[in-house]
Amino acid sequence: MASDVLEKKGPRAHDAVPTFTVTMIVRRFDPEVDEEPRWVDYDLEMHGTDRVLDALHKIKWEIDGSLAFRRSCAHGVCGSDAMRINGRNRLACKTLLKDLDVSQPIYVEALKGLPLEKDLIVDMEPFFDSFRDVQPFLMASSKPKDGKERLQSPEERARFDDTTKCILCAACTSSCPVFWTDGQYFGPAAIVNAHRFIFDSRDEGAQVRMDILNDKEGVWRCRTTFNCTDACPRGIQVTQAIAEVKQAIMRGKP
Amino acid sequence: MTTTIESPRAPRTVRRGGVNWEKWGWIYMRVSGVVLVVLIFGHLFVNLMLGDGVKALDFAFVGGKLSNPFWQIWDTLLLWLALIHGANGMRTITNDYAHNRLVGVVLKGAILAATVVLLILGTLVIYTFDPCPAGSPADLLASFCTAG
Repeated sequence: MASDVLEKKGPRAHDAVPTFTVTMIVRRFDPEVDEEPRWVDYDLEMHGTDRVLDALHKIKWEIDGSLAFRRSCAHGVCGSDAMRINGRNRLACKTLLKDLDVSQPIYVEALKGLPLEKDLIVDMEPFFDSFRDVQPFLMASSKPKDGKERLQSPEERARFDDTTKCILCAACTSSCPVFWTDGQYFGPAAIVNAHRFIFDSRDEGAQVRMDILNDKEGVWRCRTTFNCTDACPRGIQVTQAIAEVKQAIMRGKP
Repeated sequence: MTTTIESPRAPRTVRRGGVNWEKWGWIYMRVSGVVLVVLIFGHLFVNLMLGDGVKALDFAFVGGKLSNPFWQIWDTLLLWLALIHGANGMRTITNDYAHNRLVGVVLKGAILAATVVLLILGTLVIYTFDPCPAGSPADLLASFCTAG
């Protein structure tokens, strides 16, 4: 009796989630075996609530344990699992399968413009090098008033709010056609993180960062193609931030 | 507790002196681009839409325009701004894709040479153009050739 009532009252949660078959085509590369990367197909039975990351997990845990990819938090905060999904840079953990066209195969490959190490893993060092170059830390030589904290009005904080959202996933920089060419360009992410400090009222190093970015490989190489803004999983207006840095450099002050 | 770091430990890279060509190149592209929108659409409108439209285009039309100081200055601006704008664009593309130093130098040298030659030739044509060459049939020439 009791079980009858239970069954009538509510169907089990996972019955409500429709399943479908999806073909994932992953660009695999094992540096110890392969000369060139190769595309490998996987047919998977997935739920409507699953993300691309869940599909990759299913491949790794149930089909081929040698598949290599980075992920840490799996919830769009750590920025580890940026990859190229159907030709666009996205976070695998923030891309639902049902938002892609699952009647077609889903192509997954590593980020472009950074050295490929294995499968979906790229060498992030060139990316972090240019991040380091803009000196992304608070520079303040003066003692704060009353020896406590450096106060800032909500308006002053709002000035650079957008660029504080960066999670350093490299989706923007590795979508930039200028970064693809020779890798000398600082790239959008480094400029976004410079923006975050240049427009911070507590920071005193704006001139140093503007000098660094007023370089042959600095902000002037940006062609305003907006690839970075489209790619950013946090919705940062990257191209606008770069334009603001350009204007600050032309003015000579933030 | 507050700690104040006297100077950042990371090395400070300071720009060497001199003109910052990349910055001025970028500003030039923006400014000339805006001016070119006016110049080019003005040029197209006057040549193709005003009056008889495209049917009016012949030697006499061009001769008449190039004898007018207003159009001489308009065309000179159009020539210089557009050619340098285009050449600077080609230079940035070369910087992007010519990884070999020698190839880059050769390509940029060729772009510079072509630009200089075209600018000199174009300017020469605008200011030395004869709208009434002697011995030409009158119906091909601008009206002021026969009037005077």
